[in-house]
Amino acid sequence: MIIGEKKERKQEKLVMDQSEMGRALTRIAHEILERNKGTQEMALVGIRTGGVHLAHRLARRIQEIERSQVPIGELDITLYRDDLAIRKDQPILRKTTMPFNISDLKVVLVDDVLFTGRTIRAAMDGLIDLGRPAEIQLAVLVDRGHRQLPIKATYIGKNIPTSREEVVCVLLEEEGEEDRVVILNE
Amino acid sequence: MQILIKGGHVIDPGRVNGLADVLVEHGKIVAVGQNLGVASHLTVIDATEKLVLPGFVDLHVHLREPGFEYKETIATGTAAAVAGGFTSVCCMPNTTPVNDNQSITEFILDQARTAGNAHVFPVGAITKGSEGKELAEIGDLRRAGCVAISDDGQPVMSSQVMRRAMEYALAFDLPVIDHCEDLHLTEDGCMNEGIVSTQLGLPGIPAAAEEIMVARNLALAELTGAHLHLAHLSTAGSVRMVREAKVRGIRVTAEACPHHFSLTEEAVRGYDTHAKMNPPLRTWQDVQAIKEGLRDGTIDVIATDHAPHATQEKQQEFAAAPHGVVGLETALPLTLALVEEGVLSLEMAVAKLTTEPARAFGLNKGTLTPGSDADVVVVDLHESWEVDPARFRSKSRNTPFAGWKVKGRVIATLVDGRVVYEAVSA
Amino acid sequence: MSLKQKDLVSLASLSPDEIALILETADSFKEVTGREIKKVPALRGKTVVNLFFEPSTRTRTSFELAAKRLSADVINFSPSSSSVVKGETLLDTARNIEAMQADIIVLRHPAAGAAETLARGVKSSVINGGDGWHEHPTQALLDLFTLRERRLEFRGLRVTIVGDIAHSRVARSNIYALTKLGAEVRVVGPPTMIPAFLDRLGVRICYDLDEGLRGADVIMMLRLQLERQGRALFPTIREYSRLYGLTAERVKLAEPGALIMHPGPINRGVEIAPEVADSLSSVILEQVANGVAVRMGILYLLSGAN
Repeated sequence: MIIGEKKERKQEKLVMDQSEMGRALTRIAHEILERNKGTQEMALVGIRTGGVHLAHRLARRIQEIERSQVPIGELDITLYRDDLAIRKDQPILRKTTMPFNISDLKVVLVDDVLFTGRTIRAAMDGLIDLGRPAEIQLAVLVDRGHRQLPIKATYIGKNIPTSREEVVCVLLEEEGEEDRVVILNE
Repeated sequence: MQILIKGGHVIDPGRVNGLADVLVEHGKIVAVGQNLGVASHLTVIDATEKLVLPGFVDLHVHLREPGFEYKETIATGTAAAVAGGFTSVCCMPNTTPVNDNQSITEFILDQARTAGNAHVFPVGAITKGSEGKELAEIGDLRRAGCVAISDDGQPVMSSQVMRRAMEYALAFDLPVIDHCEDLHLTEDGCMNEGIVSTQLGLPGIPAAAEEIMVARNLALAELTGAHLHLAHLSTAGSVRMVREAKVRGIRVTAEACPHHFSLTEEAVRGYDTHAKMNPPLRTWQDVQAIKEGLRDGTIDVIATDHAPHATQEKQQEFAAAPHGVVGLETALPLTLALVEEGVLSLEMAVAKLTTEPARAFGLNKGTLTPGSDADVVVVDLHESWEVDPARFRSKSRNTPFAGWKVKGRVIATLVDGRVVYEAVSA
Repeated sequence: MSLKQKDLVSLASLSPDEIALILETADSFKEVTGREIKKVPALRGKTVVNLFFEPSTRTRTSFELAAKRLSADVINFSPSSSSVVKGETLLDTARNIEAMQADIIVLRHPAAGAAETLARGVKSSVINGGDGWHEHPTQALLDLFTLRERRLEFRGLRVTIVGDIAHSRVARSNIYALTKLGAEVRVVGPPTMIPAFLDRLGVRICYDLDEGLRGADVIMMLRLQLERQGRALFPTIREYSRLYGLTAERVKLAEPGALIMHPGPINRGVEIAPEVADSLSSVILEQVANGVAVRMGILYLLSGAN
């Protein structure tokens, strides 16, 4: 686990500010409602850690627009990662909290950044171990490209072209940061 | 053929302590003094800045032959002895078969002669098969060459048998040695009973297991008038009792082993089977008491309890591994450490390895008196070296001192005027 | 934060942070064991060998289940079912097993120190499943987990451990862990069953059960090894039971609602009265259930590439 990892801010390049993020999430909330024709039989599942905060934000917006509650689950994908066997130290586990049965629901997975697609593959495996959803959709705040698996987001806040070596960071108020998305050059 | 050991610091405890030459001829010491040596066929050993000492006498070794030749043989054990400066060793009878009769004693002496390293003085069994029941033919053993009797490793539990053994031994003036341990109290114990055994979850051997038998043996020695020799004292209580017994005039001598004054029970942490021996390593307080006992003469002798075991035996789980460590090749520097520490004077330390053990068992050894056998060891007091079990002459490697940086090294050893060991120059 | 050692041999050598990490990790696995599909792929392709030199159905089964729920391959190897040749050392046996590419070896052995010796000698991770009287770290960890799940704060927690402390690896592991975490530990038993200098481990010793129970938040009963009767540790089972058996009456001396624990298997009517073992305060079965989650956590944390 990385406790209090110091994020080097010298080289950061701002790619989304607070208001831009807010607008993108509002748009995604609308798209989710439109595609699913309301909130019936639907759930949001945030991928720990960033995705969980975004799922809560989306749920709030949906509540404001539609006046209905969407159940929120929190998924830790660590046990489904495909690199466990080759890592020296195992990553710290977070708890998966799924206070409802996902079977036959339309599940919208929520994550902050879509990159190689490996996290989403793990998340889908993790979800399916918990039940059989009617459908899995994917909402991400940022799609930065460089996919290694045939995975495509259903809802995208912003496409940001990057090089492989760059690091895209979504910083959130919930983690004590000012809302923004930045690219860090190593 | 003459050998002149020239220019060294000679210590022959109680007799010589200073710069002198030692002249050897026909296997005997001819003279100790200044500017010796005039004969034509003279071999000179330059001992400048070295110590020249009587060959050491070890009252307690296990040479394992016959029966356990995979651990040690008389040839390898005596090779280890001379490499450690010991020119005379007394070997315990717990072989297979047990040395409880003349033919085994003769076999041991034969093998020792063939090997041609150190002198070997067999210790005979007290009871047949060391079973603690019937007395062995102690008179025969004496005649065949045994210098003491002991049921080492299988202490005599019956006080009656021990009493009879002591009485009987009086007839031959043989010292009776006991490894003092109440086996009922020890039960499955495999280390000192104390905080470390509690933490490690190992069954303990209380100090009382030794002290009960020390007390019993002292009482029997007083009753019978026999010469009691107590092997490897390890506890403060034992030292106290022996000290008191000596004041009261009981005929008792006692030995301590280098591991018992160099290590404590802490060495067992990590379940190091090389720190497993019997009696076990005790506490810091016990170590201090052993040192005090050596200093004030309560403990007469430093003996190694050299107990070789094969690597695979020591690789077992702690409780299953056999007791014992090798000691012949590390005893000198560990003893000299007591001199460095101020516990013993150099001459006292030498005496505990030479004149004192010789006197305890009535051996005509451990001295450089003209006319005695030319058993001599030349020591570099200052040379530092690292204990590397791979370089041991012993067949076994079971030492807790591997990797220790120690000071004081045997440069050459002579037995009956023959150079039987020479250090490879560093 | 991760475990510093490749092995889990003792709690004496773990830091409070490491203990906390294991308990937190076990939390996640407790969730997994509550699912309909109680299996995750985290240890796919890894091999766990249960090397048991002592019969123990429950510990072995618990480890086996834990490993299987992590998708590891599990092999059970015990001297009764395989040929452990006399003269073959523990290390030889283990190296043979390692040559079969075992990633994790769970060792149960009658000799104290066996796990530590093994851990030094093999590259695989070694989990101590109980070594002689020394330690049984996973049992103590599941005990801690059970207490934590009951929302008990370790600091200042009054825990009374009753029984044959001298011959108990469970007691030792719990004493190490609980004192490290700030609990007040009392041990109760006849002096013949209290090892030398135990008080130096930071515990209070009582020879009287009633005194030891007063004000306790947790009562941990140890199994009486009935075969020890006749070795002069206690005169009869009857007298032991009368002096050191936990009855409903005695439970009242402890804090109201004090938890009752037992590592099992229990001797009903000897160290614990049946109505106490089955009472609402008894968490004996929770301990068993938590055992799987805790062992999954430990297996997971030690499964990193060596």
